[in-house]
Parts: sequence; structure tokens; C-alpha cells
Amino acid sequence: EISAWGSLVARRERNLRQLYPTGTSKVYGYVTNSKVKFVMVVDSSNTALRDNEIRSMFRKLHNSYTDVMCNPFYTPGDRIQSRAFDNMVTSMMIQVC
Amino acid sequence: MEWRRSYGRAPKMIHLESNFVQFKEELLPKEGNKALLTFPFLHIYWTECCDTEVYKATVKDDLTKWQNVLKAHSSVDWLIVIVENDAKKKNKTNILPRTSIVDKIRNDFCNKQSDRCVVLSDPLKDSSRTQESWNAFLTKLRTLLLMSFTKNLGKFEDDMRTLREKRTEPGWSFCEYFMVQEELAFVFEMLQQFEDALVQYDELDALFSQYVVNFGAGDGANWLTFFCQPVKSWNGLVLRKPIDMEKRESIQRREATLLDLRSYLFSRQCTLLLFLQRPWEVAQRALELLHNCVQELKLLEVSVPPGALDCWVFLSCLEVLQRIEGCCDRAQIDSNIAHTVGLWSYATEKLKSLGYLCGLVSEKGPNSEDLNRTVDLLAGLGAERPETANTAQSPYKKLKEALSSVEAFEKHYLDLSHATIEMYTSIGRIRSAKFVGKDLAEFYMRKKAPQKAEIYLQGALKNYLAEGWALPITHTRKQLAECQKHLGQIENYLQTSSLLASDRHLTEEERRHFCREILDFASQPSDSPGHKIVLPMHSFAQLRDLHFDPSNAVVHVGGVLSIEITMYSQMPVPVHVEQIVVNVHFSIEKNSYRKTAEWLTKHKTANGIINFPPETAPFPVSQNSLPALELYEMFERSPSDNSLNTTGIICRNVHMLLRRQESSSSLEMPSGVVLEEGPHVLRCSLVTLEPGANKITFRTQAKEPGTYTLRQLCASVGSVWFVLPHIYPIVQYDVYSQEPQLHVEPLADSLLAGIPQKVKFTVTTGHYTVKNGDSLQLSNAEAMLILCPVESRAVVYSNTREQSSDAVLRIQSSDKVTSISLPAAPAYHVIEFELEVLSLPSAPALGGESDMLGTPEPHRKYKDKQKTGHCMVTTDHKVSIDCPWSIYSTVIALTFSVPFRTTHALLSSGTRKYVQVCVENLSDLDFQLSDSYLDTGDGTDLQPVPLNTQSQQHIHSKQSLFFVWELKWTEEPPPSLPCRFSVGFSPASEEQLSISLKPYTYEFQVENFFTLYNVKAEISPPSGMEYCRTGSLCSLEVLITRLSDLLEVDKDEALTESDEHFSTKLMYEVVDNSSNWAVCGKSCGVISMPVAAEATHRVHMEVMPLFAGYLPLPDVRLFKYLPHHSAHSSQLDADSWIENDSLSVDKHGDEQPDGSSLGSRGSVHSVCSGEHKGLPMPRLQALPAGQVFNSSSGTQVLVIPSQDDHVLEVSVT
Repeated sequence: EISAWGSLVARRERNLRQLYPTGTSKVYGYVTNSKVKFVMVVDSSNTALRDNEIRSMFRKLHNSYTDVMCNPFYTPGDRIQSRAFDNMVTSMMIQVC
Repeated sequence: MEWRRSYGRAPKMIHLESNFVQFKEELLPKEGNKALLTFPFLHIYWTECCDTEVYKATVKDDLTKWQNVLKAHSSVDWLIVIVENDAKKKNKTNILPRTSIVDKIRNDFCNKQSDRCVVLSDPLKDSSRTQESWNAFLTKLRTLLLMSFTKNLGKFEDDMRTLREKRTEPGWSFCEYFMVQEELAFVFEMLQQFEDALVQYDELDALFSQYVVNFGAGDGANWLTFFCQPVKSWNGLVLRKPIDMEKRESIQRREATLLDLRSYLFSRQCTLLLFLQRPWEVAQRALELLHNCVQELKLLEVSVPPGALDCWVFLSCLEVLQRIEGCCDRAQIDSNIAHTVGLWSYATEKLKSLGYLCGLVSEKGPNSEDLNRTVDLLAGLGAERPETANTAQSPYKKLKEALSSVEAFEKHYLDLSHATIEMYTSIGRIRSAKFVGKDLAEFYMRKKAPQKAEIYLQGALKNYLAEGWALPITHTRKQLAECQKHLGQIENYLQTSSLLASDRHLTEEERRHFCREILDFASQPSDSPGHKIVLPMHSFAQLRDLHFDPSNAVVHVGGVLSIEITMYSQMPVPVHVEQIVVNVHFSIEKNSYRKTAEWLTKHKTANGIINFPPETAPFPVSQNSLPALELYEMFERSPSDNSLNTTGIICRNVHMLLRRQESSSSLEMPSGVVLEEGPHVLRCSLVTLEPGANKITFRTQAKEPGTYTLRQLCASVGSVWFVLPHIYPIVQYDVYSQEPQLHVEPLADSLLAGIPQKVKFTVTTGHYTVKNGDSLQLSNAEAMLILCPVESRAVVYSNTREQSSDAVLRIQSSDKVTSISLPAAPAYHVIEFELEVLSLPSAPALGGESDMLGTPEPHRKYKDKQKTGHCMVTTDHKVSIDCPWSIYSTVIALTFSVPFRTTHALLSSGTRKYVQVCVENLSDLDFQLSDSYLDTGDGTDLQPVPLNTQSQQHIHSKQSLFFVWELKWTEEPPPSLPCRFSVGFSPASEEQLSISLKPYTYEFQVENFFTLYNVKAEISPPSGMEYCRTGSLCSLEVLITRLSDLLEVDKDEALTESDEHFSTKLMYEVVDNSSNWAVCGKSCGVISMPVAAEATHRVHMEVMPLFAGYLPLPDVRLFKYLPHHSAHSSQLDADSWIENDSLSVDKHGDEQPDGSSLGSRGSVHSVCSGEHKGLPMPRLQALPAGQVFNSSSGTQVLVIPSQDDHVLEVSVT
């Protein structure tokens, strides 16, 4: 599924919001204090994921990303090749599917 | 009116509208009535009665009845109004006081609530009283009405909540509850509390949504099954009426479908939002609703005819948009595109899918099946609503028209698409715009209009590439490839195909397909044979690394250079490449240093491998193409006290980082890759590139010297050429040509003369091939021997310092020439061998003053020697070598250092004479000295008697060794004695040398070594004293004794002859250099000394010790006093001048502090000044050291301090 993801314009007071809706999927955007942006696309028919779940998923993602950044051998801007990060993302995907 | 509400809700000003209806019993609400709008809130009884009789007769009964009815309906909200009329009162003033009826009524009915009775006096009159009573009445009326309203509303809300709590009960119906809550909403709407009204609908909305979600989770409610009935009508939202009574009734009848319910609910929300002036929320909610409805229908598994939902969504979108447009002006709409564009986009999307569904997007037009479907869809729309029937642009009409024909559809679809793209672009949602554009491109492709599609695809691709969206890039490229294929843009198509064939996001099969496309094209016989299709290489294959052999990438002319490159093929299948060509740019390098053999041996690249950075294109271009920050710490210190002034971090490559990003022009490979053609190419034919890494080796024979830069890499497959336009980082190899060269250099730091030393010969063959029999002819230098060891080997190295062979050197020596036959060596090799040479110490090393007779070769370095004192005397030997490759001889200078420095000294003891020779070893080697010998020449009876007992002695590095001989003679010794010192030496550490070494010799002369005068000085304390005391005068007795008769050496100008008696004039001088003594009176004088043995002269003078202790005696010097009238005075040799001069200068320095010898100073002054003026004045000549023996030198006199402390003190200070 190729979708043009809308650019993220985070609301000032919150760092999480639903981005431009599409018919088939819900797009959530999350921005960290350092303006790192995460985008999550969820199938619209998946009703199990409420805002709370999405929020906690983003939080997990953010934490894991922070761990990656703390790795002294990681050069910011490179492709992330962390097994821990991959596992976390994969586990999140499995949990949802 | 202020409205205070229960549950702590904030008080509000409301406008409560009321209807006055004549009382009828049947109007009173029954138990369980839910209609709140028509609810009788307050019952008012009006009476005009002012007559007690009448009251009693009728009014009271009537009132009672009324009250009973109200009570029966449990209504407590009532009011009795008594209208008083002054006119009536006038007529019947006497009947009853006015107040009595009021009181009566109050008594009868308002037993507790006296306020439920109001008097309204003269309502039709215009008096203040009337006004007042009206006001009182109206206030009362309002208060009571509101009280009743509040009470009833609260009750209603409670009832509603109770009903909602029952929702889990089986018989509960959503529609019923809907109506109840909507009633509340209506009331709020009526009160103009739209916010509250909206909340009611939102609650209903949420409740319903929750039920649907729960249903999806398997928790179905009975009433919901009704909403699951198949969708039969899809006529969109209706927003033009405030209340769609038609739908409301269907809900009331529980006949509404899900779409009906949603439509109605939304239309109400829309109405309220518009009342609240929030049209943009309508748009936003509409989009959510439409998405949501589609999902809910899916969730509830409602059967929907294909296309029906699309119709519904399309109509709804347009309806919402038109509704919003209807209540806003143009400027408002334009500034709020961000809210509405979603609806536009959604409508476009749905129209597109309808078009595809109904066969309107094809070349042929719809077939019968499509037409049937269209008819079905249109039927589901029903008839157009009456309220829009007259508008030309109603959604209904639009849809109908769009579905009516291919052309109409195209027009509508394009209109919508363009509008959407424009809107997206204007609010900066470029990606969304491109996405719509891609749909449009797909549409054009369906319509077989690829030229129109291309622009959209290219635009989208450019955008995706710039932002690095991998999957959209792949997808768009696939579309683009198809488009280009249709357009017949062969080059572009092949390029896109190659990109796709290397795209890892595609399946293997797809990649193979695109790869085959390229190969098929390449294998086609081209119409014009020379035609080439040039494509960029990076998608086809990537250059990973390059390896030179030889690894330093420098090769001599004629040498073979091989370049191995690793190409990483991106193709999914093996590709047979006809040839791979590297274009090479040739330049003659001026700087030839790189090409020398020296450079070769010194500079070795790591391993000759050059790695190429993996191509970053096409993915994350934006981030990764930026170079890393190069940060440096910066400290600035103040120049005065070196304290830190400023510190900071400097980014050295700011210019790289802050450079404006090239606006995506550089992102896609420029299609116009120019194929360079040059005379220099490296070629490799018929290569099969397997997927992945391939190693390809180019071999080339170097021809012209110069620098070759690898410029382009091309791989040709048929007529398709894949070109890497620039090889970066720059790769170069050098070809050099070199003249043969001979180097001779010593192995040690410096060569030592006299002992065999090793010298390394290096022959760099260059382009010359050394044949068997080629030899070096060394013309022998006289004083340098070339020693020919038996086993001397020459080693031949290749250019890269690898040993290739070695051979025994054959050396033939004759008198003049030494011939060294070289081993055969190919060009660009190095032959190395060592030879031993010996510099003969033929030249006696220089000694003291004596002039050297030696060969002209020894090169003295007086000055250096004087400065450093440790510099060895060097000898240069020049050897001329004839090389086989040149007609000119090579002259090589070898510098040998003499390891020793020798000095001599003449020592006397009375008349006995000793010669001392000091040998100082300056080299770093230790030597063994042996067989020292002093040769005084023949013809004299002088005999040097060696005092050294050892025949062999070690002399260590930087040490000195002394040899002493006593000279003995019987006859009168000659005035000058030539001496020759020789000593054999050999390196102490080494084993027995094969050749005998020549001894080291040193020649010098000893002159005037016979003692003529003996000077004896003696200091005696003043008479009567035992010791000398400081400050007291002592007597100095100088005794000068002549030791011999007239000798040869005496014959000079100072000699005077009178009566067979010879005498010579001498000047004595008493000098105390250490300022121990003060000489009183004359310190010098001229005496005439008879030249005869045992002639003595005695001089007496006074001296005063200045210090206490054992003081050495003052020096007594003797000079020859030469008369001024000497004929030879003008011919004085420089030496004597210098001697004299130095003497006078000496005297100045010595006597200046000596204040007590003024007289003597005067005399010396006269001598000096006379000389300086150049007048013929008497001259002084120092007697040679050997002729005067000071027998009292070294004696000391004890001086005791005087008692005078004061003097002591002064002397101390």
C-alpha cells in the first residue's frame, strides 16, 4: 500500500496527533522534543487501537529510539541497524496484527 | 433571563419562548410523555371577578375544578391572575373592597404559596400603577415559568438517563432513546444553547459508534441488526434543511438504515455547527463521518452494491462542500482550503473509482455490463430532492451527468482532480498533490494518453526522490516505465528499466522482466549500426573497488599494469557484456619526482586498493549526502600573557553544509551522459556480469611516460552503453621512464681513512638492460685502493624491491683500472653490491705550525678545526667510473676522514729536552696503536729515547694518547730538527685484516730546542723578618744565567761584538698575571748579556705581596732586544710583527690594574707608541720556549697576613 503521508504539523501542546485521514488507514504522527518524527499507519478497520494504545506505542518507539541514539557507535543520520530497535518494532507489529 | 441549572452547571442567559394555549384537559400530559417541546409548563387562571357573590357562585367552583384537574396530572405549576378594572370598581365601589377577593382567593387556594396569586390592575390604562402591576406580573410569570421549566427539564433528563441505563436490557431500542435525547437537543436548540444541543447529538453519535464497534467485537445488540439491512438507497447527505423530517420519521418508525441514521445525525450536527459559526469543523467531521461510515458498513457486514458507497460518499462530499460554500464567502473558503481539501480529494477518489467501475475510463467506453451497473447505481440515488432541483450544480446532477458519458466523466474528473491538486499545492501538501497527480496519470494511461501522464509521474518521482520515499519511487517508476514505453522514449525507458531491474523493492520476477526488456532491446539489430544508447551506469552496476598491480600504480615504460576492478552488478540475472572500457586521460606530468625509482621504493600505498563510496542515490539523498561535520576546538590566547581569551568550536566545512541544496536537479542522474572517446582506453571484452560482485581485470602495457587518469567506465551490451561518467575518487596510474643511474654511497656515516671501508654501489638500470659482460670501469685514484674481496655478491632487485637474483661479482684490477662486471639484469631493476675501499694515509696529517709537504688532495679545514676542535681532517678521493650505458664517465667523490689529530710539544728540564706527541682519536672507533716511532732524520747525532714502554696501546674513541721521547745529543744540536712520528694502527675490534695497513705518520719540526738561558727568581722577606707579609715590600732577585757559549742561533741583530767578546741585548720583564704581587719600581729593563757560558746577570727589585698565602712567584720573561738601526727591520717577517704586537697588547692588559709600576709602564709605552707610529724603534723578540728555562717556575713563597686588618679588609673588598 503506497500512501502519500502527510507532513507532520504537530500541535503545540501535544506531540501526538492523527494526521490527514485516508479512507483505508489512519495515520498518526508523533514528534519528539528534538523534532524527530515518527509516523505510524494503522488500518482503519483495526478498531482495537484507541488513542491510548497508539500513545503507548509511540512512547515505546520513542524510548527505543532514544536507546539507539545513546549508542556511541551510532552516527546520527545513518540507517538504524539496531537489533533491539528492530525487535521492538517487530513485536509492536505482531501485537497489533 | 438568567437560568440556574442543576448539577453545578454554569448559569446562562437564555431566551425561553412560550406559547399561550387555552386550557384543555386533554392537553395535559399523560404519564410517560416524552414530548418536552409541547409540554405545558405553567397553568394560568385569569379572572376579572370583583364581586364576592360572583366569586362565590362561579369562580370559586371553577377554580377548584381547575386545581383538581391539575393535581390529577400532578402539575404544581400554576398561577392565578386577578385583573382589576377601575371602571368596574367605580360602578360597584360599595360592594366589596377590592382586596377582599384577592385575599379570599389566596385563602382558598394559595394556602402556602401566596405568590401564586397576582393582581393586575387596569391593564389597559396607561398609568404608572398599571405599569407597575404589569411589571410585577411579568416578573412573576417569568420566574414561575422558568421554575417549572427547570423542574420539568431536570425530570426529563433524569428520565432520559434512566432510559439510557436500561440499554443493556433486551427490549431497549436505540431509535426510541434517540428520539428522547433529541427532544432534549431540540429544547436546547430552542433555548439557543446550540453547544448543549450539539453535545446531545455527539453523545448519540458516540453511543452508536460504540455499539457498532462492540458489534464488530462480537457483542451485538438486537436493535443493531436492523441497521444491518442491505443498503438500497445512497442519495447522500442532505444538509439544506435544518431538520430532515423524512429521515427523522424513518428513525422514529425504526425503519432507518445505517446510512439514514448517520445522514440524519450528521445533518443535525451540521446545522448546529453552522449555527455556532464553525463551518470548518463541519468539513472535518464530514470527512471523518464518511470514512467512518464506510468502515461501519464493512464492520456490520452490510451488503452494499458495488459503487453505491462511492456514490454516497461523492454526493455527500459535494453536498458538504456546497453547504459550506453557501454560508461562507470566497475569501473565507480560500483561507480554509486546508479543511476542505480532504473532501475534494475524497470526492475525486470516489469519482475515479466510479469511473473505473462503470467502464468510463477506457478507450472503448462502457460495455453493456458497465451500463447496467450505471443504471443500477443511478436508480439507487432515487429522485432528486426538491430543494436542490432548481440548482444547476447540485451534487445529484453532477453525479448523474458524470456517469452519463465518457466525455462528461472525463470533464468532471479532470475538473475535480485539477482543483484538488491546486488546493493541495496551495497549502503546501505537495505529497498529497503528487498522489492525486499519480491517479491522474493512471487515468491518462487508461485513456491511452501517456504523454499527459508522463508529466505527473515525473513530478511525483522527482518529489519522492528528493525526500527518499523508497516504495513510492519504485511504484512511480513502474508507472513511468510503462508510460515511456508507450511514448517510445527508448532511452528513458531503458534507463527506467535499468533502475527498476536493480530495485530491491520489486519482486525477483518483476526485476527480471525489466532486465529482459533491456537485454531484448540490446540484442535487437539496430537500424543504424553506430547508434549507441548511453545510460548511466549506477543502476546497472556499481564500481566498488579498484586494485592496481603493482600496488603503487606506478609502472615503467613497457611494464605491464593490471587493474582489477570490482563491479557490483545490480541486475537480477547474469548479463553478457561485450566489452567493458575504461577511458583514460593521458597527461605528461612535469613533476617527474613521482616517477623516480627512489619514489617507488619509498612510497608504497597501503595495498593499491581504492574503494569507491557506495552510491547514495537514490535513497536518503537529503541526509546522507551531506558531509559529516568537521568540528575543531579553537583557543585564542592573548598575546601578552598567554591567557585564554576566546574558545569555541569551528566547523571547517561550513561551506559544504550550508550550501544551498541543489533543487533536485542533481538528484536524478542527468540523462545526457556524454560518452568520452579518447585514444587511451583499457578494454576488457566478453565479460559476464553475475548478479553481485564481479572482478574484472584490465591489463595494459605502459607505453608513453606520463600520468593516466581513469575517467569513465563504460559497459556495452549490444547498442546499449552503460556509462559511469566520472570515476571518483580520482584514480591515476603513472608510467615513467628512467635513465640508468649509478649511486655510490658509504655504508657508514663517514668513511675513515686508513682502514678498509665499505661502499655500496647501486645501479638503477632504468630503461637500460644490463647484458652479461657489461662492466663498470673504475679509474683508480692513487691514494685509494679498491679492495677485492673474494666473495662479493651483487643482488638484483626488481622495481618493487623484490629480490630477483644474485650473482658473484667479478672484479678485475689492473694498475689504472678496476673493472667490475655486472650481472645481467633486465630494465627497471636495481643492482646492489658492496665494495671495500681503503684510503691510504699517504698524506701525513697536519700537525702544528710546520708546513705540510703532502699531496694536494688533502683538504685542510683549519677554520673548522679551530671552531669545533673535533672535526676530523678529510680527504676527498675522486673516482671516475665508466658505465656501459653512457659514453661519459661518472665522477664520484668519496670523502675520507682522518681519524686522528696529532699535536706535539717540546718540553725542557734544564738542558734536557723532551718531545711529546699527542694523538687524539676523533672517530667513533677504537684503535690499537702499535710500533710508535720518532724519526729525527739522518745526519744528526740526536737520539730520541722513547719513554713509552708499551709497544701496543689502545686508543678509545674521543680519547688522546701521549708519546714522549727524550732527545739526547753529543754534539752541538742543529737549530732545527725535522721529526717524523709514525705509529701503526688498526681497528681494535676487528679481527685480523687481510691486508697490512700503512702506519699513521705525523711530521713536525723542533727548533731552537737548546737551552741558552736559565732564569731564576727568588723572593726574600724584608730584612729581619721571617716571612713575607702582605703590604710590606719584599725583595725579588732575578738571576739570568747564560748556559752555553756562542752558538749558531745567537747570530742575529741583537748580538754585538766588541773585543772578541760577544754580548746580546736582552730585555727582562717581571709580570704577575694573577695580581698577587705589586712590582715596585721598574718591572723591566734591558741588559747586555755576555755570550759566554756561566755568564750571569742579577737584577734586584721590590715587590709587594697583595694577598696572604702561598703565592707563586711573578713571571720573569726574557726578550731579545733588537736595535732599531737594524737594516733588516723593514723586512721583518710577519710572524715577528705579530709576536711583538701581541706582546704589547698583552702588556697593556696586564699592567693596567697595576698602579704601582708607573715607571715601567712609561717605558713600555714608549716601545709601543714607537711601533705604532712606524718609526724605527727597538724591537722585542720573544726567545723561543726551548731557549729559556725558568728554573724557579712553580716555586711559591709563603706570605702571612699583616696585622693591619684594615688593609686586609680593603683588599677583600
